[in-house]
Amino acid sequence: MIPARFDYVRPGSVEDAVRALAGGGDDARVIAGGQSLLPLLRLRLAFPDLLVDVGGLSELRGVRETAGSLEIGALTTIYELTRDPLLTAHCGLLAETATLIADPAVRHRATIGGALAHADPAGDLPAVVLALGGSLLIRGPEGEREVRAGDFFTDYMTTSLSPGELLVAVRVPRLGGDWGFRYEKFRLTAQSWAIVGVAAVARRSNGHVAEARIGLTNMGSVPVRATAAESAAAGAEASAAALREAGSRADEGTSPPSDLRGSADYRRHLARVLTGRALAAAAGAS
Amino acid sequence: MNHVSMRIDGVRYDDDVEPRLLLVHYLREVAGRTGTPVGCDTSNCGACTVLMNGVSVKSCSVLAVQADGAEITTIQGLANGEWHPLQRAFHEEHALQCGYCTPGMIMAAADLLRDNPRPSEQEVRDGLEGNLCRCTGYQNIVRAVLRVAGEMAGEQAGAAS
Repeated sequence: MIPARFDYVRPGSVEDAVRALAGGGDDARVIAGGQSLLPLLRLRLAFPDLLVDVGGLSELRGVRETAGSLEIGALTTIYELTRDPLLTAHCGLLAETATLIADPAVRHRATIGGALAHADPAGDLPAVVLALGGSLLIRGPEGEREVRAGDFFTDYMTTSLSPGELLVAVRVPRLGGDWGFRYEKFRLTAQSWAIVGVAAVARRSNGHVAEARIGLTNMGSVPVRATAAESAAAGAEASAAALREAGSRADEGTSPPSDLRGSADYRRHLARVLTGRALAAAAGAS
Repeated sequence: MNHVSMRIDGVRYDDDVEPRLLLVHYLREVAGRTGTPVGCDTSNCGACTVLMNGVSVKSCSVLAVQADGAEITTIQGLANGEWHPLQRAFHEEHALQCGYCTPGMIMAAADLLRDNPRPSEQEVRDGLEGNLCRCTGYQNIVRAVLRVAGEMAGEQAGAAS
């Protein structure tokens, strides 16, 4: 289908983009790669009056090191996440998950900022950034603010971004060599969305899991931490059996949806099984 | 209306377009590049895949205005006097039946081989995951792509010796 009419501007700087967004108010939307927004426009599920195309703002692209963390520009594409040397070395969970998102042609256009701001509960990156304990850098008319991932996703496809604000970067911690990671994505066909996804990072010490952080995809209207399973994993032996046991608590406190791809009960089952597997892989358990 | 300027298969185009015009419709209806079909129109099937600045994109999921200044290669720009090796291999390995997916499949395969000139069979299957074929069962498509990869490797080895 053809999208409804809209105006289109391509600002030359972040400041101009923020000004254009603020001027457009509720009827303005940001477009970067457009891989989430264009399908919505074509199905006329969204009909903004104004699209502000930030795709040309090269200052928002790429990964750089800051003290103890990595800052990923919002326009960094999913393809670039799969190849970035800093991410591969210090934040493998992001690089690995990126290879599991959509397909190559979509990965060439889609951006990390777009995936997070779109906030689809079936999207993979929100749960990954949540598990990493990341934060989001947001530029608005009043300047820049930083929001923790746990506070950014507020409801189904809704974030704490206000009209006039632009997500400019994502900050994730550098994980040392004692951390392992795994994203378990369950889907029935190669390029489809996750029915359930589990992002896990674990720090191993003396054959045990010292600390684990788990983010769940599509287990509610927003990505959630599996806090009960995290507590159960902390101090557990780094073995498949012990971590399967910890994973069995992954669905506690979640409210997964029921839809054509799976019932809520089925999703709870998947979350338990996949969390056990993700923890075992992250902890290097055999 | 917004002005766009882009090179499509080596030819420069300048037009005023509505911002909502999709790249695939610009290619077909304005530039006359009807070799690129519209398939699912929901960015699933990959039939409309073209190269934009050298990498594959689904042209139903790009606005024409987003391609302003870009270099676009469609299936019609791939042959250089004679068939591209992928076109020949698809023909000889019977990698199509109805042919609807073929332009997108070949462009995705061209991008795959640019990114990874020596793919394994699994890497070919993964690299083409965004392109659906409802006729062939993919077997001959994978065979055709692997054949071109082998030919390219052979040429390089020949040139090096």
